[in-house]
Amino acid sequence: MSKQQPTQFINPETPGYVGFANLPNQVHRKSVKKGFEFTLMVVGESGLGKSTLINSLFLTDLYPERIIPGAAEKIERTVQIEASTVEIEERGVKLRLTVVDTPGYGDAINCRDCFKTIISYIDEQFERYLHDESGLNRRHIVDNRVHCCFYFISPFGHGLKPLDVAFMKAIHNKVNIVPVIAKADTLTLKERERLKRRILDEIEEHNIKIYHLPDAESDEDEDFKEQTRLLKASIPFSVVGSNQLIEAKGKKVRGRLYPWGVVEVENPEHNDFLKLRTMLITHMQDLQEVTQDLHYENFRSERLKRGGRKVESEDMNKDQILLEKEAELRRMQEMIARMQAQMQAQMQGGDGDGGALGHHV
Amino acid sequence: MDPMRRSPSPCPSSRPSSPRTPPCEMFGQVGIEAVLDQLKIKAMKMGFEFNIMVVGQSGLGKSTMVNTLFRSKVWKTSLPSLGTPIPQTLQLHSLTHIIEEKGVKLKLTVTDTPGFGDQINNDKCWDPILAYINEQYEQYLQEEILITRQRHIPDTRVHCCVYFVPPTGHCLRPLDIEFLQRLCRTVNVVPVIARADSLTIEEREAFRHRIQQNMRAHCIDVYPQKCFDEDVNDKILNSKIRDRIPFAVVGADREHLVNGRCVLGRKTKWGIIEVENMAHCEFPLLRDLLIRSHLQDLKDITHNVHYENYRVMRLNESHVLPRGPGWVNLAPASPGQLTTPGSMKTCRQAQDDSDDEF
Repeated sequence: MSKQQPTQFINPETPGYVGFANLPNQVHRKSVKKGFEFTLMVVGESGLGKSTLINSLFLTDLYPERIIPGAAEKIERTVQIEASTVEIEERGVKLRLTVVDTPGYGDAINCRDCFKTIISYIDEQFERYLHDESGLNRRHIVDNRVHCCFYFISPFGHGLKPLDVAFMKAIHNKVNIVPVIAKADTLTLKERERLKRRILDEIEEHNIKIYHLPDAESDEDEDFKEQTRLLKASIPFSVVGSNQLIEAKGKKVRGRLYPWGVVEVENPEHNDFLKLRTMLITHMQDLQEVTQDLHYENFRSERLKRGGRKVESEDMNKDQILLEKEAELRRMQEMIARMQAQMQAQMQGGDGDGGALGHHV
Repeated sequence: MDPMRRSPSPCPSSRPSSPRTPPCEMFGQVGIEAVLDQLKIKAMKMGFEFNIMVVGQSGLGKSTMVNTLFRSKVWKTSLPSLGTPIPQTLQLHSLTHIIEEKGVKLKLTVTDTPGFGDQINNDKCWDPILAYINEQYEQYLQEEILITRQRHIPDTRVHCCVYFVPPTGHCLRPLDIEFLQRLCRTVNVVPVIARADSLTIEEREAFRHRIQQNMRAHCIDVYPQKCFDEDVNDKILNSKIRDRIPFAVVGADREHLVNGRCVLGRKTKWGIIEVENMAHCEFPLLRDLLIRSHLQDLKDITHNVHYENYRVMRLNESHVLPRGPGWVNLAPASPGQLTTPGSMKTCRQAQDDSDDEF
């Protein structure tokens, strides 16, 4: 059967119809049965509305018994990693969502070490996956790798803070970064535009690689292309989160009630919440792919290049290695000297009954 | 001068037999009230000086707030241009303006602190601020101890420090606590919740309540300090203020039309936030505190308490004055608290420490 000319198989009764146009449906059915796994990490200073936004995005309460620590506890705390998993089902499709929270980030007076914990967590997940992948039983590999990181930028600054820049540069090769402007209801439209442009300029200035939405394929319909274009133009998204139902204009909407008005979460004129949700849902698969094909492969090649030797601490300097090599060399030389002495003794011993030299090998 | 009046009863003996001079009943009008008018005229001729310092992370609306407070473009609120790095060390900028209202001249000096709390490592970022404040005290002291003094010593001492707390909605951050602890002993500090239009009313109250708890727990004594309430009236007035500190403020320097009136505010898609509307934010309270009712009090406390503490400490250092009464206890130091050596000596408890040192 020659397949040189690609033809459109519309009518199944057409001669030459093989039937593998059904493959996407099969994949779809299998994925629905298997369910999806997605790990989302949220990073940002405390008080930027991260938990509220996550609850709003997935319409659940991921943190039912949350106690906000007091000021005294905040002083002593270091950055921690808290992962919570929730299974969401919608129209038969199951999503196993893991949200990795990073409380304590940016709280301390000296934040120099606050991203070490986060980076080691990300590396640990990659390491575990690598280990599972190289193992014998590969049927049930659990994918806990971080697929996407929402980085919350404070709307109160004039752009990116030094901490933001340092953190994003440290992880842009390990995870997909989606910058989000939090608490957007404190900005007027003009201020919002200015801040977005400012952030984009600073990202370019510092060569930070954030997650770029893939361009729509040329064979997609116009609506989808337009949607993708709109999404791309709105990065970074400025969002407002809330799960409270407020009465506004006769209907109940999710929003925040102020004395001067109501901010509606799902109103595209008020904020970019819907855009963020659309982006996350339509590109969940792509985020996973980029994590697998780009970040994980980078990690894997780095890791395998280092060889089986596990680098314990990054600061093992060359001097230490040199010293070790020198010690080994000395030991070798000693052994050679001993063997030479032995041989000499044997030769001498052949003449007479010389004292047996204690030889130790 | 008013015409003399006849009072019915004769005045009692005016010999002072007790420490408190008994009020003397008058049988006529002397015209003492005219002194008030004379004071007013003199004050208006001389003009007033007020030095205010604004401290907080960048973007919290400090410059806008100053413009809103004094209803003039005191500070240019433009963004720093791209490419200019955030200053590595804290630099203080002072700007002086003379503004006039109904014949009263006010020489206003605003000191800004760009770069505060913006770095990755913000350890000791309060040191330049403390150094600046002490430097102003030092300048005044040097002028005061001269043999031939100027008639009116130029007053550059910081009368009030407005500290902008970011509206996280949780509680005070470690940086806020460190800063407030150190500064409330050297200068009058008024904390405010900045950009309060990101908090709903309930969140605002909860946040304020938690901040008050934090301040009590860490012995942070902000203006108006309880120990300086002179009489019952003061106490009542100041208690009301103390209940509402920190004020949740919003700043704006643009005017919009609301119900036919021109108001200062921020226009958003979902409504206009009126800065002077008490239902929206507490900016009027801050303005009243700083300008309309307590401006002179701020200056008095700076001069009589903070400056005196600094002076006593300096004179002790140079062994000019024998140690004794003159120490004013601003806030009890809780054990193990770190402060700069200067402000430590203002506490009565620290007398024992200085005993060992000298």
